[in-house]
Amino acid sequence: MEAMKETVEQSLREMRETFESGRTRSVKWRKTQLGAIIEMVKDNEDKMCDVLFQDLGKHSTEAFRDELGFVIRSATTALNCLDKWAVPKKSNLPLLFYPAKGQVVSEPYGTVLVLSSWNFPISLSLDPLIGAISAGNTVLLKASELSPNASAFLAKAIPSYLDTKAIKVIEGGPDVATILLQHQWDKIFFTGSPRIGKIIMAAAAEHLTPVTLELGGKCPTIIDHRSVSKDMKSVVKRISGGKWGSCSGQACIAVDYVLVEQSFASSLIDMLKPTIKSFFGENPKESGCLSRIVSKKHFQRLSRLLNDPRVQASIVYGGSMDEEKLYVEPTILLDPPLDSEIMNEEIFGPILPIITLRDIQESIGFIKSKPKPLAIYAFTKDENLKTRILSETSSGSVTFNDVMIQYMCDALPFGGVGESGIGRYHGKYSFECFSHEKAIMEGSLAMDLEARYPPWNSFKLKFIRLAFREAYFKLILLMLGLKK
Amino acid sequence: MLTELRRSFDAGVTRGYEWRITQLKKLLIICDNHEPEIVSALQDDLGKPELESSVYEVALLRNSIKLALKQLKDWMSPDKAKTSLTTFPASAEIVSEPLGVVLVISAWNYPFLLSLDPVVGAISAGNAVVLKPSELAPASSSLLAKLLEQYLDSSAVRVVEGAVSETTLLLEQKWDKIFYTGSSRIGRIIMMAAAKHLTPVVLELGGKSPVVIDSDTNLKITAKRIIVGKWGCNNGQACISPDYILTTKEYAPKLIDALKHELEAFYGKNPMESKDMSRIVNSNHFDRLSKMLEEKEVSEKIVYGGQKNKENLNIAPTILLDVPLDSLIMSEEIFGPLLPILTLNNLEESFDVIRSRPKPLAAYLFTQNQKLKERFATTVSAGGIVVNDIAVHLALHTLPFGGVGESGMGCYHGKFSFDAFSHKKAVLYKSFLGDSSIRYPPYSRGKIRLLKALVNSNFVELFKVLIGIA
Repeated sequence: MEAMKETVEQSLREMRETFESGRTRSVKWRKTQLGAIIEMVKDNEDKMCDVLFQDLGKHSTEAFRDELGFVIRSATTALNCLDKWAVPKKSNLPLLFYPAKGQVVSEPYGTVLVLSSWNFPISLSLDPLIGAISAGNTVLLKASELSPNASAFLAKAIPSYLDTKAIKVIEGGPDVATILLQHQWDKIFFTGSPRIGKIIMAAAAEHLTPVTLELGGKCPTIIDHRSVSKDMKSVVKRISGGKWGSCSGQACIAVDYVLVEQSFASSLIDMLKPTIKSFFGENPKESGCLSRIVSKKHFQRLSRLLNDPRVQASIVYGGSMDEEKLYVEPTILLDPPLDSEIMNEEIFGPILPIITLRDIQESIGFIKSKPKPLAIYAFTKDENLKTRILSETSSGSVTFNDVMIQYMCDALPFGGVGESGIGRYHGKYSFECFSHEKAIMEGSLAMDLEARYPPWNSFKLKFIRLAFREAYFKLILLMLGLKK
Repeated sequence: MLTELRRSFDAGVTRGYEWRITQLKKLLIICDNHEPEIVSALQDDLGKPELESSVYEVALLRNSIKLALKQLKDWMSPDKAKTSLTTFPASAEIVSEPLGVVLVISAWNYPFLLSLDPVVGAISAGNAVVLKPSELAPASSSLLAKLLEQYLDSSAVRVVEGAVSETTLLLEQKWDKIFYTGSSRIGRIIMMAAAKHLTPVVLELGGKSPVVIDSDTNLKITAKRIIVGKWGCNNGQACISPDYILTTKEYAPKLIDALKHELEAFYGKNPMESKDMSRIVNSNHFDRLSKMLEEKEVSEKIVYGGQKNKENLNIAPTILLDVPLDSLIMSEEIFGPLLPILTLNNLEESFDVIRSRPKPLAAYLFTQNQKLKERFATTVSAGGIVVNDIAVHLALHTLPFGGVGESGMGCYHGKFSFDAFSHKKAVLYKSFLGDSSIRYPPYSRGKIRLLKALVNSNFVELFKVLIGIA
């Protein structure tokens, strides 16, 4: 541990020196780094797919779609837009202040810390890194110990492609995180659970460090079966893809549970079953297209959720598990008890509870009774329901008629609210996430108004009152002595 | 009380445009009809001159309310967001929604402005709000409680008066946002308490705002602006008060002469008798400031002023020259009528002095040198930078007002206030057209190629794969 403490201190020292030197402020430097990230991903595609398969059993298509391709897109966007993002924004000032000028300049915070997660270890490490770099910061990335191969890959690859004096990687678990959090950072970016998010924020409070916390929650999926009956096949496919097609449900924006009217539940289940089979064949364990559970601990967690006898009784499909292979079969539950653990914590696994309601309108009240999630999905064409969902529920985001795809839309901010997080990123929001928006105002020494200065008298008071109201005409009258 | 406010919020009381406008209009009526009482309370609490109260508290607040009234519809409307090929066909927008029930903890030095300006933001964004004014300004605190109860919708807007124990109780609750104005020390406590509930915070803190003065400046105007920005704003007890000055050894004597001359012009030969300055807020702060002045190696550096009167809680405008860098007066935010001047061999050194210290809320520079302005603006990190003036930037609603590092996090004023109290919810509307199978398992080589083409927006490749020739 002592050695680790020393490493951290040394790294911090070097990163701070590098930041002070001004090197990371140059747009050219930032673009070079961003280009190097793209090169790193393109050069090491096979290796990256390999480590993702080792850590999570991810198929290379999933790996490319969710991680590699995403990072390349994100870095390319940053490269193309950086000049635009870095330009100061002019502010209009009221006439009274003429000829003063105002603008807002984005400046890097300094030396920032990115704490990544294990489920998308490449994209959840590199995407925030892209934001930190484009904003001109020096950055230390701590990759998750639960995805050791991806973590080791990043620890080796990043120093060979990027500026090691400014961008560093550290591997390790909670003990390393604890050491890191004892130090002062200019910003901390964390992806993970709400429980750890609270610990991070409390540690950040000691140093008044601003934080962005990308957390999770139970993302509900509403199916208004009547209004989307024509497209039900698509609906079921999209929901299945959103549950089992991305890291086997271990994603912060995965479909956690479905809300549907009782009358449609069995039809829904009847459509889900063949869809799962079409994705993974008769034996999903051998399909090679279903990611595995990341660790024994998480496997045991999911096991515990399922082993509740009342939950067991609600299984209508799947339910088999293999601890050695860290495999949990795509499982569907029908109306598990609402007070069971599985309905009160983020599932983060391939188990899909279907909760039935008498009327789909009740879904709103149901969602509101739980903490604000990262995303709400709703399959409906009913404009009234859409409006109700938007105005009566609160979540990081809302997606109508699809799942998870909001992640790909980098014109949309990606972040949570309440228990699902603080702050946001993606696209230009990543740049802003790691920037301090500094206001700059320049006044003129050429003109001066006597009324600004003591000693005070009633004339000056009148003058200033009118000035504030921007009542320029009355102001002129006052100055000409024509107004009392 | 919190349950009641939450119930109101959940019932949708605060969300409608009409409700928000009504509340804002009532706040405007408070400004219009109760200015004399406000001025009187500020006179009691701080000895604040009428002009400062009228201008810096009431007028600024009134402007803030009027801006919100004028722009609210625009602020409330969703922003369209561009979608791309990867999510086609879809449309996207960003919707502003209220966070819920928020807490505003205010400060004692501008008790009306710093209480109601954030409340304007909270209300325009559609939240229910609890305001806790500072107990160190008791007359203002109780006037605020009385006026808000009288005019605003008490099912959604409340004032809680009190001190440390009441604040502690409030901080144990779960809020949807906490907005705090005050010291960095308490800011840490607030953020720590907020962390327990993952409550986002805006912390408007303080720091030592430096003023760098170049010899090519217009000395008279510079001196006047510094004086009115320091002693003319609550007698130095303001978060963006010019805390200390940095200038060259040669220029310092001229600067001191100019300051002395203008100080006398503004406040007369006996500034302790002048009615145009606030007093020190209470004896604790008076003792704090006295201690700064009485420190060995500091008291001998006084070049102007230095008189104190504990009974009246008055300290004369005081200028000091080249106090030790590790003295108390140079180690913490002064927040009072003392102005140390530090001299350097050349002005470039001032950048290092500032950068070796915690980031302040504001940094000021007086110069005509364009290059110096640019260097200052890019290398000095502070909440805000003002060149050739003092403090005025907080009156400009198009500029975000907030700190960085020790001076705070988050910002407000103008639309930034509305944003500070809103959640910007991303909304994506997707159609059922075009569901490409590449999204779904089972995965294949072809699907990877297609995905790559999409990622690279490589239409040629896309086309080739789609028609099966790649």
